[in-house]
Amino acid sequence: MVKLTVNGATHEVEADPDMPLLWVLRDRLDKTGTKYGCGIAQCGACTVHLDGQPARACQTRIGDVGDAQITTIEGVSGRVAEAVQGAWRKLDVVQCGYCQSGQIMSAIGLLSGNPKPTDADIDGAMDGNICRCGTYQRIRAAIHEAARSLA
Amino acid sequence: MLKIRQPTTRSPNEAAPRASRRGFLTGAAAAAGAIVIGFRLDLGKARAEGADLAAVKAQPNAFVRIGADDTVTVIVKHLDMGQGNTTGLATILADELDADWSTVRTEFAPADAALYNNLLMGPIQGTGGSTAVANSWMQLRKAGAAAREMLVAAAAFAWKVPVAEITVENGVVRHAGSNRQARFGELAASAASLPVPQEPRLKDPSQWRLIGQRVPRLDSKMKTDGSAVYALDTRRTGQVTAVIARAPRFGATVKGFDDAQARKVAGVIDVVAIPTGVAVIARDTWAAMKGREALKVTWDESAAESRSSDAILAEYRETAKRPGIVASERGDAGAGIKSAAQVLEAEFSFPYLAHAAMEPLNATIERAPDGTYDIYAGLQFQTIEQATAAAILGVTPDKVRLHTQWAGGSFGRRATPSADYIAEAAEILKASGAKAPVHLVWTREDDMTGGYYRPTVYHKIRAGLDAKGAVTGWQHVMVGKSIMIGSPFEAMLVKNGVDGTTVEGASDTAYALPAYRFEVHNAREGVPVLWWRSVGHTHTAHAMEVMIDELAHAAKVDPVAYRLSLLANAPRLSGALKLAAEKANWGNGQDKAGEKGRGLGVAVHESFGSYVAMVADVTAGTGSIKVNRIVAAVDVGIAVNPDIVRSQVEGAVGFALSSVLRNRVTLKDGVVQEKNFDAYEPTRMSEMPVVEVHIVPSQAAPTGIGEPGVPVLAPAISNAVFAATGQRLRALPLDLAGLKGV
Repeated sequence: MVKLTVNGATHEVEADPDMPLLWVLRDRLDKTGTKYGCGIAQCGACTVHLDGQPARACQTRIGDVGDAQITTIEGVSGRVAEAVQGAWRKLDVVQCGYCQSGQIMSAIGLLSGNPKPTDADIDGAMDGNICRCGTYQRIRAAIHEAARSLA
Repeated sequence: MLKIRQPTTRSPNEAAPRASRRGFLTGAAAAAGAIVIGFRLDLGKARAEGADLAAVKAQPNAFVRIGADDTVTVIVKHLDMGQGNTTGLATILADELDADWSTVRTEFAPADAALYNNLLMGPIQGTGGSTAVANSWMQLRKAGAAAREMLVAAAAFAWKVPVAEITVENGVVRHAGSNRQARFGELAASAASLPVPQEPRLKDPSQWRLIGQRVPRLDSKMKTDGSAVYALDTRRTGQVTAVIARAPRFGATVKGFDDAQARKVAGVIDVVAIPTGVAVIARDTWAAMKGREALKVTWDESAAESRSSDAILAEYRETAKRPGIVASERGDAGAGIKSAAQVLEAEFSFPYLAHAAMEPLNATIERAPDGTYDIYAGLQFQTIEQATAAAILGVTPDKVRLHTQWAGGSFGRRATPSADYIAEAAEILKASGAKAPVHLVWTREDDMTGGYYRPTVYHKIRAGLDAKGAVTGWQHVMVGKSIMIGSPFEAMLVKNGVDGTTVEGASDTAYALPAYRFEVHNAREGVPVLWWRSVGHTHTAHAMEVMIDELAHAAKVDPVAYRLSLLANAPRLSGALKLAAEKANWGNGQDKAGEKGRGLGVAVHESFGSYVAMVADVTAGTGSIKVNRIVAAVDVGIAVNPDIVRSQVEGAVGFALSSVLRNRVTLKDGVVQEKNFDAYEPTRMSEMPVVEVHIVPSQAAPTGIGEPGVPVLAPAISNAVFAATGQRLRALPLDLAGLKGV
């Protein structure tokens, strides 16, 4: 039995400690906003926050989560999150949208530590998140837009 | 112990009662007292081969439902895999209806080819060929206009005033003279009882309030808060998850398997053989994947494709030396080349490409207590998917209900003539006795190595120029595996051995080449191939546009001017080309092409009735390039939603760039080598160029933009690399390892 705190709620999960957090979230806790893309931490679709820091859920063993607070796209909140989601909607960033939960979680992570990121900062923080629809130009613009709205 | 096992033939048990959480018609209560309207028209009569046009009649309940709560629900007959057609299609209907955009919602249509066929595809419900808006344009305008007329008629009757005195705006019906008004929801029930006008009056374009404007996407919120339900998010009560062990080589079959260890894996429920492999069924995805790792399968590879992709391409080169099937010919190309002052020869090779949509293939299938079935997936070819599943399950198609879900990309992969992954899900359900809903998941590795690739293709071109640089003849030979031969569409789409989806964009070139001969060889091989965002244009546009560029340089004429001289009879192509060149400061001295190692390249191409030109600004160094900026101009007729048009072209650049820079699926002795994003890496943020998209103003009927941004990117970049370095990189992906900086 592994104890996990997801979006503020505590869950006891009957699962192997080796099971990736991604599959526990999706298949056991019905938190399907976190996406499966590659399973090898190449695409970032599964990005969640562990104690506020972006992490790839597909490479996070639930046995290693410990007391960390897990936040998923369904539970993310606060000023930065609202600014990021608002900018994404204002600029209509999404196309298929499948990667965008992960993109948004990475962008919130970036802006939480760096309120005025440069293009190079954005490259550094976002290069691990693949968008096959190619919405990168709008993701970049939305991060700048969110930064402006937070200033 | 190794054992041979056939799919089980147990009698199907009753499935668990269906959960209503995502029951498709849970909104039915809201529809009570609502107006339902819609009808099928003769749009595309000339092109819609096989459509039973005589049977077309008014079809209420097809495209719009207005609730008592004022909600306007537009029924979308297409898959939205990111191209934004839900917003675009709703816009068309809502504008003619004069709906309040904030009340507009969408719902994916059920499988029903009689109501929801793609008017440009014949009697088939499906999405592809950038046809969603194009085929729906008049259908949805008329549906919206008819609904509006019915609401007006209901108000006129209730208020006892003339119809002509009533106005409609933003979801409100008004009669100024008597100072009365009503919301759509208040009139819906009475309007529903009125006859459906068959030829409603459509708006003049000057009256459009939504069409042509930046209407916000309807799916932005749900796709930014985790609430959008994609097929992979389907969770039916009691569902089990399956993954399939498939053969390492295409064409191999199961000889036998040993599931003893797999069955010991915690969470594994069953192991069943199906035609494409052995399925491990488990309580969740992780357990199914672990179970598959523990499964031992032996394969019969006697009929398998065991060649390497290099060997296949080498065979194509040899094949191209022999005469092929003449797909098109005008003039005497051979004589033209013989009389030429100079002859250029070039070859272009293209690898297999995986679609690599972010959401791997998946489908969920469930047996209802009454022996009918429900399928939840990113359904793209509903008529075929329904019929295929029904045949496997031994029922008539009407016993299989389809629930189209949001798709995390497709790029063509979800529309297979064999309905491959839907068939697998049905086979697993059948083999497992239909005890529980089956959620079939392809892992990324399954998705990448599972075939249905953009075919590998080889083009060889010889062209002659006279002393003034004019083309005297063009001989073009292409070798590739046809997508359609051997599919259910062969009879419809393959004429005299020529598959239009393979040669499109070259055999029908718009360039005024006086003598032109295009031959094609249909290669036979075991690798399954499929359309990949823009289909044949993915390679034909590159071969044509790089070759034309070579001719322009050989003729010492500016590449834009040279193209324009050959496009005098193609005003929409030349219009797009001129706009892109102008916006890119082409040749006016204000571009940055003078910088060392930097160059501009251009390409223009028509696909699916849309015209796209791109100018690429590239910096080339030894072994690598950086694409700085892409300036695109597009003519899509009326741009229903200009912002979505722009986003599709921006996205096409991001999507296609990695196939220009590096992507290829290679086979070694028949085994696919690229298994995940580490070896087949899509474009990343830091590589994304600035993309500027300009729309050619037009009053022509709208065409599509999901695909047409793709074909011109590669040749524009290749031509820019030449401008920057003097080196021609013809093959895709570009041979950057061989590139020398200047």
